[in-house]
Amino acid sequence: MAGFDGLFFTEVLVGGLLSGVMYSLVAIGFVLIYKTSGVLNFSQGALLLFAALTFVSLVERGVPFALAFLVTFAIMVVIGIAIERTVLRPLTNKPPITLFMATLGLSYIIEGAAQLLWGTQVHALDLGIEDVPYDIAGVFISQFDVFAALTAAAMVGLLSAFFRYTRIGLGFRAVADDQLAALAVGLKLPWIWASVWAAAGLIALVAGLLWGARLGVQFSLSLVVLKALPVLVLGGFDSILGAILGGLLIGASEKLAEVYLGDYFGGGIESWFAYVVALAFLLIRPSGLFGQKLVERV
Amino acid sequence: MSLMSKIKIAALAAGISLSALAVTAPQVLADEQHFPLQSYRVGPYAAGGTGFFGGFIDYLNLINTRDGGVNGVKLTWSEAETQYEVERGVEAYERLKSHPGIAAWNPLSVGIAYAMIDRITADKVPLITINHGRTDSTDGRVFPYVFPLLLNPYSETSGIVNYIASKEGGLEKLKGKKIVVLYHGSPYGKETIPIYELLAQKYGFTLQQIEVPHPGNEQQSQWLTIRRAKPDYVVLRGWGVMNPVALKTAAKTGFPVDHIIGNVWSNSEEDVIPAGDAAKGYTAITTQASGAEYPVVKEIVKTLYDQGKGNLEDKKRIGSVYHNLGIVNGILNVEAIRIAQAKFGKRTLTGDEVRWGFEHLQLDPARVEALGAKDLFHSINVTWDNHEGNGYVTFQQWDGKKWNVVSDWIAPDWALLRPIIEKSSEAYAAEKGIKIRTAADAEGAVN
Amino acid sequence: MSIITLPLPSSAGLVLTPKALGIAALLVVAYGVVPFVGSSYVFEALLLPFLALSLAGVGLNILTGYAGQVSLGSAAFMAVGAFAAYNFNLRVEDLPLIVSLVLAGLSAAAVGIVFGLPSLRLRGFYLAVSTLAAQFFVQWVLTKFSWFSNNSASGVIDAPPLTIAGLSFEGPVGRYLFALAIVTVLTFLAHRLVTSQTGSNLIAVRDNETAARIIGVPVLKTKLLAFAVSSFIIGVAGALWAFAYLRTVEPAGFNLDRSFQILFIVIIGGLATIRGAFLGAGLIVVFPLVLSRAGAFVFGDIFDSGVLDMTQRIVLGALIIAFLILEPDGLSALLDRLRHRFAAVFGRA
Repeated sequence: MAGFDGLFFTEVLVGGLLSGVMYSLVAIGFVLIYKTSGVLNFSQGALLLFAALTFVSLVERGVPFALAFLVTFAIMVVIGIAIERTVLRPLTNKPPITLFMATLGLSYIIEGAAQLLWGTQVHALDLGIEDVPYDIAGVFISQFDVFAALTAAAMVGLLSAFFRYTRIGLGFRAVADDQLAALAVGLKLPWIWASVWAAAGLIALVAGLLWGARLGVQFSLSLVVLKALPVLVLGGFDSILGAILGGLLIGASEKLAEVYLGDYFGGGIESWFAYVVALAFLLIRPSGLFGQKLVERV
Repeated sequence: MSLMSKIKIAALAAGISLSALAVTAPQVLADEQHFPLQSYRVGPYAAGGTGFFGGFIDYLNLINTRDGGVNGVKLTWSEAETQYEVERGVEAYERLKSHPGIAAWNPLSVGIAYAMIDRITADKVPLITINHGRTDSTDGRVFPYVFPLLLNPYSETSGIVNYIASKEGGLEKLKGKKIVVLYHGSPYGKETIPIYELLAQKYGFTLQQIEVPHPGNEQQSQWLTIRRAKPDYVVLRGWGVMNPVALKTAAKTGFPVDHIIGNVWSNSEEDVIPAGDAAKGYTAITTQASGAEYPVVKEIVKTLYDQGKGNLEDKKRIGSVYHNLGIVNGILNVEAIRIAQAKFGKRTLTGDEVRWGFEHLQLDPARVEALGAKDLFHSINVTWDNHEGNGYVTFQQWDGKKWNVVSDWIAPDWALLRPIIEKSSEAYAAEKGIKIRTAADAEGAVN
Repeated sequence: MSIITLPLPSSAGLVLTPKALGIAALLVVAYGVVPFVGSSYVFEALLLPFLALSLAGVGLNILTGYAGQVSLGSAAFMAVGAFAAYNFNLRVEDLPLIVSLVLAGLSAAAVGIVFGLPSLRLRGFYLAVSTLAAQFFVQWVLTKFSWFSNNSASGVIDAPPLTIAGLSFEGPVGRYLFALAIVTVLTFLAHRLVTSQTGSNLIAVRDNETAARIIGVPVLKTKLLAFAVSSFIIGVAGALWAFAYLRTVEPAGFNLDRSFQILFIVIIGGLATIRGAFLGAGLIVVFPLVLSRAGAFVFGDIFDSGVLDMTQRIVLGALIIAFLILEPDGLSALLDRLRHRFAAVFGRA
């Protein structure tokens, strides 16, 4: 390899960080549910697919963008609440692994329903952002990725404000801290759960749209959860901040590794490198970046 | 029968025993030739499955409706869903194989095809893997019942390189050029690595092969590497979601899309539509042109779709890449039966007799035109030892709405590839203790 | 609280209980009757995948059910077993097939120990997700280095003929008996293990690690042992899957879906029971087929096969959830309950 190319390095790094934001966005959906219900909601990927497919099908049938967004959001909220009522509530106090398996079953249902309703065709999703790179001092930066990062940041800001300043948000934090105590002081858990699922639905929708614009809206969209899992391990299952920093860290390190170390392994190491980073990190800090120290709580 | 009574019967049947699962074959009344279809209309590859099996069924249906079958022998088919999973494919094989009068199997899945090779060889029924499958099964001396019709992966590689050469003005112009092959991180993706290396050596171009890990929904680092390497062409050997993402990421990193050449699994509408504008100008190889203007496709529209009997749900997909591949696959299967009938009689044939038909499946451009498929595909020339049949390839460019053919029919360098294929198949024969067939062995057929 | 909570299994002594008689009867039927009455469909599409998946379920149950460590990487260990068996068989001349299988199990066990190391520090979902590293890494290695597939151009390899001591096990019945024999032996050994002191140690580690340590259970050793034994069994199951069932070996067949499938088998069958793995595998193999048959029969002429299959996916998901809600202890517990009721009715209890 020729001499070290600083410009190229910057480009890989920035590209990696921006990809990382996309991972974080998916990871946050997991974190919200995990914090309140203690379940690793594997159906998040299916929800994301469902949201994107619903949205794009509505738009293709001539529904205006904003209305399609609102309708899809409403549907996601209804689905979220339905899941909470019919699946998670009957399974309260069951071991987490049972809950996890239930969300796997759930992902079958949602994927099946999404394709039954909207068909198995692939769709293009155009969010109206041109994907020509910005040229900043010789470094190419994707316009779309910047837009996605800003959207993600806005989402996180919105959620933080919601949980900090609203009653339901405060309730959410109380539940996340200690469910029994929250019940004891008279918090209405159903409301809190419902609003958390609504928030998770919103995230699934936004993440579905951003990823859908990148990959096309199709079955494989649900596979993006595999990119979010190492982020969760690294950042901690119950920390939004951890999901963000974890995403950045994973995104940057996997891209740098593929470009600079890939040659030594023969390439294609991205599929597992993120997990190795997360594992190596966990061996030093078993609860992730910001996860609660009491991992036994699981 | 009413729905309720059907439900009752079904519940009863399910309750009786597991052995009820083993299908009881319906008896054959008249002469008919059966096609068991291991289709996939659900799951990640459903878009390809509905197109291909839709086209195949449409063609069989056309022959039945228009001609009353092949010389009076009706074509029938039954479908079993596999979701592209090998176990489901095997289950479907075991379930459907007892049907009488099976002509051939057409799984359109490498994994399922592999799991079937031993089984169909024992059962003496042809296995058609059009455009895909195991390269060395081209050697009919070792694989009597497997037919990778039209194009195997090696020929595809050679065809792509020949096309790039033709764009540059001749094979000698390849010297000093740089080509990057971006391949899917799977056995399928890796299969052509040695062939690209061989051709790079032969023609003197610089070659870099880069892997994209499955499923390929993140390719930032690969395309940055490409940008740094500044190649003249990128060959996309993709699969599923990897293709649109490659095109999008290419646009993102500023690589010109008209210098990306797709392989045979990166050449469909499903591969480019999700990429939107980023795919405009992308070129890909194909053995069958797309479009609905060919006489045979028009007849399918007139005979079937206009009567509401077409297999595709979405009429817009008529003439799409997979639909036309299915139609061509139908033509090849039907013609093999017709050729075998000329030898063995106009009746239901055994699998081995159909195998003989495939081994004499020689359709020159004139015959292809007579079949209404002029320019849809070029020709085929299968013999007992060449099961691919020297298919020609062409290249089509995506204009944002549809594919347009942009090249002549190009011949891969079969002579160069044959010794490599034979080496591999002979090794397989040695490993499995298979006796290498001679022309005489291939002549007869088990009745 | 650990990720899995279970009541202690009722300890059953090794006396000639009705249970033991039942198992003996089952074995007699499996060896003596089934080979003569089954059709090739029953062997190829039902019994062979059932046996391989049951064995994988037994293996995972030792890790997850008994020792309480959740793994999402079972398919990776199956892949290690399948490819190791293939390579030992190919590269060491005159190695008996049985020895290849044992070596394959040992290879899987070795890989299992390596990927089990994080369990020494991680718990719960952190551990579960970290086992995904095995899932992706193993697949990458097997695809990347074509040496593992004997440099076959397409990376897919064929299984060798099944012959033990001159006896050929070709054909559906032969392969069934081959698989059945291996499953019987390994299941018996697994049963011995979980009813031994080691088995109690596993359960102690699962239920309360700190307490286990206090009463003198070597926690770290026990965890790694669980990973090793479990991976050994899953590895052999992988070899059976490739050699006896599909007759072809490709890395893509051992993907994440397969890992989830095995986890389903263990959970639906019943954690910490040996027979649960068989019940679960039976359900997972047979149920989708029944569903698809019944669906095609009832609605076949109304809807096309795509719609039917999508509906089946939904029904399957819904049933899994319903099952988890209604019978969280698995089929094994359901069976127990049925037997008690039966016994009560006939006054034999």
